Amino acid sequence: MKNNSVVADELYRTLQLTDNALQDPDIAHLVVNHNNVVGSHLVPGLEVEVDELDNGIQMLLRIKEGIKVMKPIHLCFGMLPENGLQEINLTIDIQSGARASVLAHCTFPNAVEVIHKMDAAITIGEGAEYIYTERHVHSSTGGIQVLPKSRVHLGKGARFKTDFELLQGRVGSINIDYETICEAYSVLEMNARINGTHDDRINIRETGHLNGEYSRGVLTSRIAVRGNAVAEVYNELTASAPYAVGHVDCKEIVQDNGIAQAIPIVRVNNPKAHVTHEAAIGSVDNKQLETLMSRGLSEDDAVDLIIQGLLS
Amino acid sequence: MGILEVKNLSMTLGDKRILNDLSIDFWEGHVHAIVGPNGAGKSTLASTIMGLQGYRDFEGDIILDGESISLLKVDDRAQKGISLGWQEPARFEGLSVKSFLKASSKNVSDDMINEAMSFVGLNPEEYLDRKVDKTLSGGERKRIELASLLIMQPKIVLLDEPDSGIDVEALDRIFDAIQLLKQRGATVILITHSIAVLKQAEHAFLMCHGAIVDKGGVGKIIKYFENKCIPCGHKNVPGFEEIE
Repeated sequence: MKNNSVVADELYRTLQLTDNALQDPDIAHLVVNHNNVVGSHLVPGLEVEVDELDNGIQMLLRIKEGIKVMKPIHLCFGMLPENGLQEINLTIDIQSGARASVLAHCTFPNAVEVIHKMDAAITIGEGAEYIYTERHVHSSTGGIQVLPKSRVHLGKGARFKTDFELLQGRVGSINIDYETICEAYSVLEMNARINGTHDDRINIRETGHLNGEYSRGVLTSRIAVRGNAVAEVYNELTASAPYAVGHVDCKEIVQDNGIAQAIPIVRVNNPKAHVTHEAAIGSVDNKQLETLMSRGLSEDDAVDLIIQGLLS
Repeated sequence: MGILEVKNLSMTLGDKRILNDLSIDFWEGHVHAIVGPNGAGKSTLASTIMGLQGYRDFEGDIILDGESISLLKVDDRAQKGISLGWQEPARFEGLSVKSFLKASSKNVSDDMINEAMSFVGLNPEEYLDRKVDKTLSGGERKRIELASLLIMQPKIVLLDEPDSGIDVEALDRIFDAIQLLKQRGATVILITHSIAVLKQAEHAFLMCHGAIVDKGGVGKIIKYFENKCIPCGHKNVPGFEEIE
């Protein structure tokens, strides 16, 4: 049986990163393989409590009041086996005036039939800032279901930004469900960039409630579907306070037999609030395509480059 | 015989005849200008030579180096050495200037990219990591597009209104780039209704209602601008009368 550090290194190598955050004493990290914590390192001001469950972990991550963690905290959740269920129950508590960014690597390089569930409750205190970037590495078979669910509360003047990216492999099936409540003067930014191929299934449901005055929110989705992939993006943004401002922006590129659907819902409950949306679904823009083809790129290469840009 | 021959080209879009039995030869290594009023069919001619979508259904023939290219797709034409600079270049969300320029040639080096950007008056350090999107002005995208053509070094370069959106200071850079393309052996075809651009050419063609109505040296065609097309004797209908 492999020891923990060997498993941690093996998981981390699948990310193909040029740096090695696991060796840097200034960078906090936690590496979880299925339900085992196989590596961890904390920095001052960061509290982590972990309980191992039958099929995953339960974790509390807390940044104490006023603490600013300068370097991103690396969380690596993964499974090396081909089959299994991993459940991550997270409680994130970014206390008033604190600042942290988390880089979550979710790696399932050998997945044939894997389910990865994440359920997060995130509280960002007054004037605090939390950036959460989730990067996935999947197998090429598409044999994975990814089910991230988050409920986020932003206190007065807090900032929350989240990015979801699939770096490598096939989506399989992904179902993102994020809901955020924003108090006064808070700022929300949610971005998802996913490239679906074969028979991948992409469902994104992002909801923002701009409840406080002068709160701001932007929900952005960039999706490409090719082959027989199907995507549905549901973005809902509600502004209920004076001077709350929001924008929903969804672009989906459809190739081959792919199917894409965008459902933007913008709702304003206060006459001094303002929310806009734009959604564009369709094939690759012809002018972009022909510009690149006029430089000698084949149609396929030109489409790849355009999609690469859109998802970057 | 020119390197590129357009023979008896006619095209109808909707119920409007845009190109009308147009024939024209372009000479290898020379700079040509096609001038004429709005709606004359200048950009349609460029789009048809490039083979863009919506401009492939025509009568006549387009011959490059003695070989018809009329049935070839855009990328096949580009691989044979034809390329186009758009009147209004495309925006590419998320695509960096560097990635866009790299797409211009399989064997492009960083030095070539830096040289091309500097030549069009854009600082590589400032621009290469930026995106070719709405954060760049039309003039900046125009110059980046020209840089991509300098990197590609096609045999034939079509430039549709190369000065549109370009400020006065940058205009000389555009003209220098046109002359550099020529020095490197390219045949340049300028689509324009600007005297300043016309003066960059060695040969000029006056186009009106889908046909060439005059041709010759720049000095001759420039009179078109001075007289606002009055010398052109046609009657604004296909099958026009000969010019006087």
